[in-house]
Amino acid sequence: MPRQTPLYDAHRRLGARMVDFAGWEMPVQYKSVVSEHEAVRTAAGLFDVSHMGEVEFTGPGALEAANRLLSNDLARCADGQAIYSGLLNERGGFIDDVVAYRFSPERIFICVNASNREKDFRWMSERTSGTKPINRSDDYAQLALQGPKAAAILQRKTAADLSALKTYRFTEAEVASVACILSRTGYTGEDGFELYCAPGEAETLWFALLEEGKGEGLVPAGLGARDSLRTEMKFALYGNDIDEEHTPFEAGLGWTVKMDKGDFTGRAALEKQKTEGVRRKLVGFELLESGVPRHGYRILKDAAAVGVVTSGTLGPSVKKPIGMGYVPSELASEGSTFAVEVRGRPVAAKVVKTPFWKKQ
Amino acid sequence: MADYPANLKYTKEHEWTRTEGKKVVVGITFHAQEELGDVVYVELPKLGSSVTAGTPFGVIESTKAVSELFAPVSGKVVKVNDALTGSPETVNKEPYGAGWLIEVEPSDPKQVDQLLDAAAYQKLIQDKK
Repeated sequence: MPRQTPLYDAHRRLGARMVDFAGWEMPVQYKSVVSEHEAVRTAAGLFDVSHMGEVEFTGPGALEAANRLLSNDLARCADGQAIYSGLLNERGGFIDDVVAYRFSPERIFICVNASNREKDFRWMSERTSGTKPINRSDDYAQLALQGPKAAAILQRKTAADLSALKTYRFTEAEVASVACILSRTGYTGEDGFELYCAPGEAETLWFALLEEGKGEGLVPAGLGARDSLRTEMKFALYGNDIDEEHTPFEAGLGWTVKMDKGDFTGRAALEKQKTEGVRRKLVGFELLESGVPRHGYRILKDAAAVGVVTSGTLGPSVKKPIGMGYVPSELASEGSTFAVEVRGRPVAAKVVKTPFWKKQ
Repeated sequence: MADYPANLKYTKEHEWTRTEGKKVVVGITFHAQEELGDVVYVELPKLGSSVTAGTPFGVIESTKAVSELFAPVSGKVVKVNDALTGSPETVNKEPYGAGWLIEVEPSDPKQVDQLLDAAAYQKLIQDKK
């Protein structure tokens, strides 16, 4: 039986179509993927992302314990700052990609992918002594309010000064009288916020925000729009674009690796890869002919299979068939051409600058 | 019910047919486009090619899924809705009108009679729910 988030009934009442995602029964769309996508680009959308997991390190040594597991550097963050980071295996491959929140050196809160909740917690527990991680996944629901109107809508429901909250900063505040971790983060390429609250209060928060933003075009948005929005930004989706076999350097996420921060799991392998150079890279491409690239399609060069598409869609905002995939490094520069095999037919494709979508 | 016009015949794979003289127009049903979601790409057979009842004649893609289109009848493709290349969303907006897919000259005009009528098709999709 797939699990349900605290907002399951709300989704049903809003007429959502539900799908199984990583063992969770989640809304894929309410009205349509494209209309929800466009609402996020032009007004605002509200997503239920309560399936995501949370792991916390608390007490003396919390920062050091978490930092040894992460490729990015929490020591460089201020309190109240969050970072995107790899959680890597010894080979430098992704166990997961996470957002780590530094409340203080003695409280680190890590948001992990739904598909990796148990794996990550086990991984972190086995590799830390002294300060042990706590699995907080069942203690939090998470809502994402995203879009150019998000700040204005949210500001009317909270006393926290959002103009002072920069990107990748967070605070604790009441929103619609619900206690939240309020973070200026997201997965859409638009300005927006992620709100963590107690599961029992998620529905109150959800409907309060929807009601508040109704007049400005705020709509509930499903996983379908979430996927097309993040694809237009070339944001990686774990299990599609990154996994245990691919490193941050290969995925174009070298900026999340701080080699000079001291030891962390995966560092030695990354050091070696850095010296030797990467053989394949994750690129963003667009199709030059009609077709839609999809996860798993082969990438061909001179009729030989040289890579694989990891994500693809017809970008609702860019209005082009776009995708990402791993190709040999010599094919990874902007303007390189190859073919994507769509149902046996090679379709011409070109590596383009990413993100595909530039915030308006 | 207007969603499933009585003058059409339907397949279990959610295509509809409308007989116009000796020709049969083919599209996908209201239910099919609703299930698919936003249609972003339609791949149709070439004019003059042959289609076989019950086998795929094309592909329809929505933002999330790729689905095959199944021919309701066997015959020759005498018209293709090329307008869908530029505006595939017409399939969502007007599944029984401008969103039609192909027109077939059936090799056996009686094949259409074996398809489902509107009531039987509605029962099929009700039972599925």
